[in-house]
Amino acid sequence: MTTIKPGPTPSLAPAQKLTLYYWMRLTRTFDEHMVALWKQGRGVGGTFSQRGHEAISVGAGYALGPADVVAPMHRDLGTYLLRGLTPRRIFANLLGRAAGVTHGRDANLHGIGDLSLGIFGFISHLPHSLPAGLGAAMSFRYRDEPRVAMSFTGDGASSAGLFHETLNLAAVYNAPWVLIVENNQYAYSTPIRQQMKVIGIAQRAEAYGIPGVAVDGNDVEAVYAVVRDAVERARAGGGPTLVEAKTMRMLGHAIHDGAEYVPPELLAEWEVRDPVLCYAARLLADGVAGQAELDEIERRCAAEIEDAIAFAEASPWPDPATIGEGVYAP
Amino acid sequence: MPEKPDDGRTLTYIAAISEALREEMRRDPDVLLLGEDIGGEFGGAFKVTRGFEAEFGARRVMNTPLAELGFTGMAAGMALMGLRPVVELQFADFISSAMDSIVQFAASAHYRWGGAVPMVVRAPSDGGLRAGPFHSQNQEAWFVHVPGLKVVAPATPADAKGLLLSAIRDNNPVIYFESKPLYRTLKGHVPAGDYSVPIGRAHLARTGDDLSIITYGAELHQALAAAARLAEEDIQCDVLDLRTLKPLDEEAILSSVRKTSKVLVVHAANQLAGLGGEVAGLIAERAFEWLDGPVRRLGGLDTPVPFSPPLEDAYRPDAEKIYQAARSLARY
Repeated sequence: MTTIKPGPTPSLAPAQKLTLYYWMRLTRTFDEHMVALWKQGRGVGGTFSQRGHEAISVGAGYALGPADVVAPMHRDLGTYLLRGLTPRRIFANLLGRAAGVTHGRDANLHGIGDLSLGIFGFISHLPHSLPAGLGAAMSFRYRDEPRVAMSFTGDGASSAGLFHETLNLAAVYNAPWVLIVENNQYAYSTPIRQQMKVIGIAQRAEAYGIPGVAVDGNDVEAVYAVVRDAVERARAGGGPTLVEAKTMRMLGHAIHDGAEYVPPELLAEWEVRDPVLCYAARLLADGVAGQAELDEIERRCAAEIEDAIAFAEASPWPDPATIGEGVYAP
Repeated sequence: MPEKPDDGRTLTYIAAISEALREEMRRDPDVLLLGEDIGGEFGGAFKVTRGFEAEFGARRVMNTPLAELGFTGMAAGMALMGLRPVVELQFADFISSAMDSIVQFAASAHYRWGGAVPMVVRAPSDGGLRAGPFHSQNQEAWFVHVPGLKVVAPATPADAKGLLLSAIRDNNPVIYFESKPLYRTLKGHVPAGDYSVPIGRAHLARTGDDLSIITYGAELHQALAAAARLAEEDIQCDVLDLRTLKPLDEEAILSSVRKTSKVLVVHAANQLAGLGGEVAGLIAERAFEWLDGPVRRLGGLDTPVPFSPPLEDAYRPDAEKIYQAARSLARY
């Protein structure tokens, strides 16, 4: 692995720490309400829980500026939320409503792109968030803009040829691009030891001549520090970085998947490292917030999500008469 | 071929493509090129971009590693940010390596989330050049079947330039199938100044009341040769050059059929599940009452493109085969 000298750990002001906690708590609340809704039979089609990924999606997302671009995947709800996709628009998308981000054209979190917020929609072929994000980065280089693009993917997608192709391209072109690989140890039912021979993805960076960093994906401040360092290096012309954030997928691949193939002891080991609960405990222990403050954040988040669900369930379906619109851009 | 003004503007098909790229890159700073071996004085496998890097720089003439899926996907990402990338595939046969980036990522991005992808993929296609199964393919049917793409196949130098300009200026992903056998063998008049050929409009290359030959690409010229021969036997043909394969110019097709009542569709691509079937189906549905005979198709055989001359010649339609098929249809 290329040895990089990390930049100074960015110090987070208390207000920033509470902001991180808010986004993580909002993401978790959204996720829990969504899972409950589906269990009640009120969902449409399938959906994907990101439970356990909050520190990654929020920590990495928070390291970017508003002019930067993200190409997330289905476990990055926190990134979508903090960049400004409202819970209403996302929930309406989950329920296939006209008010959803894709107006009923794409399912659950797929394709919830919004160029005004610098978000690319992803496709089910997960490795494609890599070249798409790289393309955004290359447009910044082309126009001499001090902007950075970030792609997110998983351990499974790291086996695809496109993963290699994109890292190679990014390195050759010295692109202002950061790749976050969320290693949650399972690709659907396939555990990491059946996915790769050399466990660990960060060390592949050396083969491309770029920095690779592994980080505890359940520690939001650690993720933020590592990703912020990578983002600023890219912004300064230092090229791409591969960040491997290690975590655990706490629920199934998708809502239908009971994930009986995951050993209970593995889940138990990671349950005590719950990123949201652990950060709350840390904020309390460090005196950054009191319990009342954290409870207030939790109440706010619950209210927001309940509003989003009510909005989505009451909002109209897309009109079939519009089915042919938008196949082509004008 | 009709007489053209003698203003010195006779270019080969491939020179017309280079001219389109050069002029559009000068006009629009958002246009850039990507592809293998396109940089430097080498200027690409077919020399389309020779001298381009010297004029426009490596930032706009990007020599890529051998990674079609990756660099086509990267180009789509650049297009989402408003750049206008023109990807050069070394041979159309390699387009399948880029398939997911085109059909899964780029084609439906606007429909699903409003992400316009103004990207052009140039695919040097077709054969008859003794280049074998992986340097001779015509895969346009694959892409016509994908919602969200546009597909063009110019057959003349003027259309090669005009359609490429339209493709670059279009805000959607356009697959531009350029015909390798026409590169240096076909010369034609190319208008001076800025012009473009609209996507979605066919062109009647020859008119006649007895039979319609509907075609595109290199086979246009085989069809015209056959039509000249048929005219000597008083069989007068419309020869309709589709130029755009998606969206098809349905009105041009139907208008010719209503006039002649007999149709032969010709293309170099394999006949089985080729575009001839789509055209025939369209005619059967919308112009059945006008037909005086079955819609016939003539395309490549259902085999890979063979290398050896007698095999490749047997595989492909040519003026003789078109003449025979049209003559027998005229007598139906």
